[in-house]
Amino acid sequence: MTALFYPGACVNDIANLQPVCPMSSQLRLIAINGMLGYGYPAESLQRGMLHSPHFLGVDAGSTDAGPYYLGHGVPLTAPRQIERDLRPAMRAAHGAKVPLIVGSAGFGGARPHVELFLSIADRVAREEGLKLRAAVIYADLDRAMVQAALTQGRVRPLAGAPALSAEAIAASSQLVGQMGTEPLIAALDAGVDMIIAGRSCDTAIYAALPILRGFDPGLAIHMAKIMECGAQCALPLAPNDCLMGVIERDHFAIKTLHPDRRVTPESVAAHSLYEQPDPYLIHEPEGTVDMRDAEFEQIDPQTVRVSGSKLIPVSGAPTIKMEGSRLVGYRAVTIAGMRDPNVIANVDVISQRAQEMAFSNLQGVDLSKVTVNWRAYGRDAVLGDRDPDRQKAPHEVGLMIEAIAETQETANTVLALLRSSALHCPFEGRTTTAGNLAFPFSPSDLAGGAVYEFSAYHLLETDEPAKLFPFDIVTLGARS
Amino acid sequence: MSTLGELAQVLRSKNAGPFLITIDVMFDSMDIFQRVAGSGALTPAAVAERYGLSAQDVRVVDYPRAKAIKITLPRLWGTRGAGSSGDRDVYGAQQHAPLLNLAIP
Repeated sequence: MTALFYPGACVNDIANLQPVCPMSSQLRLIAINGMLGYGYPAESLQRGMLHSPHFLGVDAGSTDAGPYYLGHGVPLTAPRQIERDLRPAMRAAHGAKVPLIVGSAGFGGARPHVELFLSIADRVAREEGLKLRAAVIYADLDRAMVQAALTQGRVRPLAGAPALSAEAIAASSQLVGQMGTEPLIAALDAGVDMIIAGRSCDTAIYAALPILRGFDPGLAIHMAKIMECGAQCALPLAPNDCLMGVIERDHFAIKTLHPDRRVTPESVAAHSLYEQPDPYLIHEPEGTVDMRDAEFEQIDPQTVRVSGSKLIPVSGAPTIKMEGSRLVGYRAVTIAGMRDPNVIANVDVISQRAQEMAFSNLQGVDLSKVTVNWRAYGRDAVLGDRDPDRQKAPHEVGLMIEAIAETQETANTVLALLRSSALHCPFEGRTTTAGNLAFPFSPSDLAGGAVYEFSAYHLLETDEPAKLFPFDIVTLGARS
Repeated sequence: MSTLGELAQVLRSKNAGPFLITIDVMFDSMDIFQRVAGSGALTPAAVAERYGLSAQDVRVVDYPRAKAIKITLPRLWGTRGAGSSGDRDVYGAQQHAPLLNLAIP
C-alpha cells in the first residue's frame, strides 16, 4: 500500500514531537476501535491514514467484564485477536512515523497484563521487521502506600462501593490505579514510537498528546471520551470500527472513516450517556469536564463539530481511581433443563431440598465457606425477586446450579452432590421418578476456575499522580 | 396510556462502573421525549418502587439534547459489585426490563 499519504501530508519529527506541518493549529488522531481485539475494517484504518494523523490510539481494557480478568492477570480478548488488531496499527503508525498509544494494555492493565501485551507487541514488531522505541508504563500500586493513604483518610469509595479495609488491600491479587494524561505526557516527552500503558483512564489515551501540544484540556478530554469507544457514537454504531478526531483551538470534530457510517449531532451527544452516570459531567484526574454548554454541529454526513466543553480543574488534592481484585474461591457449575410443568412448579422446593440433602451428606467440608447459587432461567434468573413477571408459569426452565468453595476440588464435590440430589429430588405429586433434569452434556459439571471480586474501587488522593506511574523505555522488534 | 417500552426507541441498561447501573431511555421525537419527561411518571420514586429501592438511591436526569432520560441506580446483584458471587448480570445489560411496562399517561 503506497498510497497512504496524499501530497503535502505532514510528518512528525518523532524525536522532539513537534509537528513539521503547516497546520500546527490542528491535531488529528485515530482510534483503532473501542476495544483492542474486537476487530476493525482494514479499509477504515487505510482511509484514516490518508488524513495523516498525528497519532493512533487504542483502549485495550475495561472493568466491564467483571473482576476476574484484573485479578487473574489475563485478558478478556483472545491474544490472537489482540495481535490481529495490533499488527496493522503498528505497521501504519511506523509507516507514518507517528506514535501508537495503547491504554490499559492486556485488559486489566496490571503487570501480568502489560507483560503479556509487551510479548505480543514484540513478536509483531519482529515479524514485521520493525524496530521501535517504546515506553512501558506500569499502573500497579504499592500496597504500603495505599495502606498509608487509607490510614490518613485519603481514600474514599466511588459511588456504590463499600468502604476499603486494610485486609482488602493486602488480599488483592492485583491493585492498579487508572493513570491520567500526566504519565502519558511524560512518556511522549521522552520521544517514543509506542506507548504501552497499564491501567489508564480511557480519556488519557486520546487527550495526552493534544494537552501536551497546548490544546484546550476540556475539549481534548471530551473528544477523548467519544474516541475511546471507537465508532460507538456513529450510525450504525460499532465499537469495532475506527474513528477520527480533529482538534483545533476552539472546537473538535469527530469523523467516521468507514463509508457506511455517519454521525449526527444527536448521535455524538448521545454518546455521553454511554456507561456514564451523568450525561453532563465527566470526572477525570485532570478535573471535571462540563458539557452543559457543549454545542454539536453537523459539518457533513460523516463529521460533527463540537465546541463549548470546559474543564473545571480539581479544587482539592488530585485523585486517581484505584481498582483491586481479590480471589474469593473456585467455581463449579452445571445447567439442566426442566420441561415437565409439575417439576417447574416445584423448582424452589427442589432447589431447597436438594441443598439440604447435599449438605447433610457432605463430609469434611466447612459449609460456612461454601456458597451455592440456584438460578431458574426462564423464570427470574436475570432479575430475581425484582422480576415483575416471575409469577407467570414458564413452559421450560434452565436450572443453573453453582457452587463456590475454597478449592476447585471442594467446589466440584459440592456441585456433584447438589446435582445428583436435584436430579432425584422427591417432591409432592412427583411423577418424574426417573429424573427431574435434562442435562445437555456429559460430563454435566463444569469447573469454572477462580472466582474474584472487586476488592477496591476507590479514589486515592495523591499529591504527585505522575510519580505513581513510572515508565521504562524498551526496544521492540529487531535486535541490533 | 402507553408503556415506556412502547414509547422508547432505545431502552438499555449497563454498568457505570462495577457498583452502579445506568439506564438510558431514548426517544425518536422531541414530542415523545417531552411527553414522557413531563408526564411525572418516570420519577425516582416510581423507578425505586419497581426495583425495590428507596427513592434517594435513584437519580433521573433529562438530557433533551439526545431526546433521552438517564436513570442511575445502585447495582442490584452480587455480594461485592459486578461479577462477584451472587451476581446475575455482570455487564448490567438486562436490568432495564422492570421499566418496560411502566405506564406513561
